[in-house]
Amino acid sequence: MKDGRVYLSLLITPLQWLVDLPSRGADRLSDVVVDRATLVRDNERLRTESLELQRKAQLMAALTEENRQLRGLLNARERIEAQVTMAELIGINPDPFLHEVIINRGFEEGLYAGQPVLDAGGVMGQIISLTHYTSRVMLVTDARTAIPVEVNRNGFRSIALGRGVLGELELSHVPDTADIQEGDLLLTSGLGGRFPRGYPVAVVSEVIRDPGRPFTLVKATPSARLDRSRHLLVVDYRRPDAERVLDEAEWRHE
Amino acid sequence: MSDQLGGGRLIILGTFLIGLALSQLPIPDGFAWYRPEWVALILIYWVLVLPHRVGLLSAFALGLLLDLIRGSVLGLNALSLLIITYLTLLLYKRLRMFPLWQQSMMVMVLIGINQLLFFWMQSMTGTTGTGLMFLMPSLVSACLWPWLYVILHGVRRTFRIE
Repeated sequence: MKDGRVYLSLLITPLQWLVDLPSRGADRLSDVVVDRATLVRDNERLRTESLELQRKAQLMAALTEENRQLRGLLNARERIEAQVTMAELIGINPDPFLHEVIINRGFEEGLYAGQPVLDAGGVMGQIISLTHYTSRVMLVTDARTAIPVEVNRNGFRSIALGRGVLGELELSHVPDTADIQEGDLLLTSGLGGRFPRGYPVAVVSEVIRDPGRPFTLVKATPSARLDRSRHLLVVDYRRPDAERVLDEAEWRHE
Repeated sequence: MSDQLGGGRLIILGTFLIGLALSQLPIPDGFAWYRPEWVALILIYWVLVLPHRVGLLSAFALGLLLDLIRGSVLGLNALSLLIITYLTLLLYKRLRMFPLWQQSMMVMVLIGINQLLFFWMQSMTGTTGTGLMFLMPSLVSACLWPWLYVILHGVRRTFRIE
């Protein structure tokens, strides 16, 4: 039955390409029709940006090596380097209740359901269904999604829930005494086994401590540009033991 | 001319394809609630004027395509479109006598039923929010109906689709 849906979806894939054509055309047009001054300015900006990034990359190499040695000392397993696939957004779900986008890569390129999707700013969401050439990404703000996070400053763990409102996440069950404040960066904690550890998810925008409520209300703004990003990264993150852990959990549940 | 085009079958199909494309055209976040139900509107038009050619089967096929576009469980849109097509088939003789504004009222009711059914079934699969904003498309569609009627009528005249 699920395969049937995949094959039926091939019917609308050309339609999705067609609908995306004008915006892709506009993109290309603005690439072609651009005055020299803008190009020079862009070039200048990109060069400084590249220099800055190169400097960071140099530091990064040293840090990675140090980290590896420290992990070696602690007998910890080495982190897996993630593989990424570039993808481009070709559509969004017209249903306003659902926060889903459609990207132009499917299982022909080796994607799989549950795969995390990032943009330049941070975590966008995860793939929930695929066809041969397209896949559907559920954004982190969708009301059906939850993502395990930790505060970058002190490692406090929590779960960020989507609320169906674009640009807003909510942390669930944060105790009143938790050390969390406005401006804290939330990273993926990697605990769910779905998202790799250490990617930015959101920045805490509001902390409401109301004595009448059992928990602190914490709201956060996603750091990915959910409604604007066109170029996305699909991370291949298959923890070798993830399946085993899941199996064990299911077994315990039964 | 109509013989060459398979009795205008291609033209009808074309209008439906345009409707499907319009219904997944990306629009800014705030406007998503006001997107007219293009496919349902075009379907109601063709059922109204050619009830012997466009009927339940077309409604079902279109509904499945809409389901694929919206990522909902297969058959939700198909069922809601089937029901409003059935209602249109019951009403078409009366509807044809109505002036355009009165037709708009009926279209509002029909699309409202479509929206209610679709989002009610969506909520059963666990994917929905709160509020009655999902009824907004019926109002927008009703406002669009006279223009759509005139345009599609022109198309039908040009290609002599009977």
